[in-house]
Amino acid sequence: MTINMGPQHPSTHGVLRVALELDGENVVACKPIIGYLHTGMEKQAEYKTYTQSIPQTDRMDYISPLSNNLALCLSAEKLLGVRVPERVEAIRVLLTELTRISSHCVWLGTHAIDIGALTVFWYCFREREKVLSIYDMVSGARMTASYFRVGGLAMDIPAGLLDRCEKFVDEMPAHVDEYEKLLTKNPIWIARTRGVAPLSATDAVAWGVTGPALRGSGVNWDLRKTEPYSGYENYDFDVPLGSRGDAYDRFQVRVAEMRESTKIAKQAIQRVRQMGETGEYRLRDFKYVLPPKEEVKTSMEALIHHFKIVAHGFFPPVGESYMAVEAPKGELGFYLVSDGSSRPWRMKIRSPSFVNLQALPVMVEGKLIADVIAAIGSIDIVLGEIDR
Amino acid sequence: MNLVPEHVEQRLRERFPGVALERQTGEAMRDHTLIVPAEHLVAICTFLRDDPELQFAMLPWMGGADYLPRVPRFECIYNLLSIARGARFTLKVRVPEEQPRVPTVTGVWPTANWHEREAYDFYGITFTGHPDLTRILLPEDWVGWPLRKDSPLGYEEVAFTHNTPGRTVPSPSLKKLAPKKVRYRAQ
Repeated sequence: MTINMGPQHPSTHGVLRVALELDGENVVACKPIIGYLHTGMEKQAEYKTYTQSIPQTDRMDYISPLSNNLALCLSAEKLLGVRVPERVEAIRVLLTELTRISSHCVWLGTHAIDIGALTVFWYCFREREKVLSIYDMVSGARMTASYFRVGGLAMDIPAGLLDRCEKFVDEMPAHVDEYEKLLTKNPIWIARTRGVAPLSATDAVAWGVTGPALRGSGVNWDLRKTEPYSGYENYDFDVPLGSRGDAYDRFQVRVAEMRESTKIAKQAIQRVRQMGETGEYRLRDFKYVLPPKEEVKTSMEALIHHFKIVAHGFFPPVGESYMAVEAPKGELGFYLVSDGSSRPWRMKIRSPSFVNLQALPVMVEGKLIADVIAAIGSIDIVLGEIDR
Repeated sequence: MNLVPEHVEQRLRERFPGVALERQTGEAMRDHTLIVPAEHLVAICTFLRDDPELQFAMLPWMGGADYLPRVPRFECIYNLLSIARGARFTLKVRVPEEQPRVPTVTGVWPTANWHEREAYDFYGITFTGHPDLTRILLPEDWVGWPLRKDSPLGYEEVAFTHNTPGRTVPSPSLKKLAPKKVRYRAQ
């Protein structure tokens, strides 16, 4: 029998179709069909300046907008050959780690709903809301933050942000304990996830799986450690690994990552404090970056730079760059080709969900139909990013 | 322990002495990129994956690009990752417009399946030997290759016009929507 599975996962209503070939309760073949949310971001980027593409990236993986912003900005900075000030790097690390926590909260809540544990969702969304209000504080938007810019940040962090982040980070481990109390030793949860949707390390690598799904299979590969960016080499944190590569291992890896992220965020807060609660938030290279507004009002030169950057953006040298970050879902990278004009000739987005979803048939073929739901939940997909 | 891309290139030149391998150079080529001939692509990829010194076991992504009006027009970019050696390497294949064909690497890395479907979907590049070369992100009845540079932005066929005979091709007024030229030039 052939059926169309779902929609059952909250982010897949009407946008992901999984065609299943069944023999009784067993899955014989599985084919994910995607593209329902395709918006042609790569095409649109060719008609926009690099900066104009930043708001687009918020809409890819819309539950971790700042990681997407970061990947694009870092790739453009690599193309330009510039590195942002240390204070900016620390703020970026702080905010992207909070993003990771909030993304994992959404994942855990929805994954648990899929399997039938509704309670966890309310706990997770309570913490996610706190991260969203931090976004709101820095950028004025709860979800589509667009806070990072090529060469820095859109504006300096507001007063009181660090205290608020610190409060959140201090409280978070206790909340993770709460989630774990509900799930980790819960016999129903274990029965639904232990041994379900297994992915061996060899398969994970061959299918290009990255992020917590890869580490759940025991492969020690985290771009923050192996290809450090934004000064991650200076932070002290561990990379949690699974051993069996099943849905339960992926759950444990993500939960442990939430704790590690609070550790990193704490260190980042200290760093920003050391460098000043207010201070440098952009590169002072006005060929690429907007000069501060205060200077525009008094300096003719700054006004000219301001006008030029706003009117046509910056002009990277002719060339190419690829830069990837460890987004909450895996390797998120932007491949940019510049022809010397202010718009990218080509922007290719390597989104983790797209690649991870492709491994779904490997996990579920030959297994039970009920496991498909646990498998889709455990790989943590967002269709906005898959279809781009 | 980390492998440098120069060493990878040297290993390839030793292993494939008669094959034209060209290092792409340019003002801002931030990643080490090697252009390889399409007919040797699969052999080169298999070697890169299996060589114990290199072990490029993962293909994080591959994608197409259009360089109209250059000849050859298209390009396929392969980003390779060696987890064991902590290194990345970029391969490129140049693809002519008249015969946009590249052998598939799905036999080397199964993950190439969807990436190649995407490149086919966007650019109309055919991957010979691909197990299921169909459109992936666009609807299966879509006409044209949207990411080609001569494909315009901002036009969408009116829904259900495919039911009216003679209206299956996009209307000629599309030319008005051809890519805008950049008005400002860099100094």
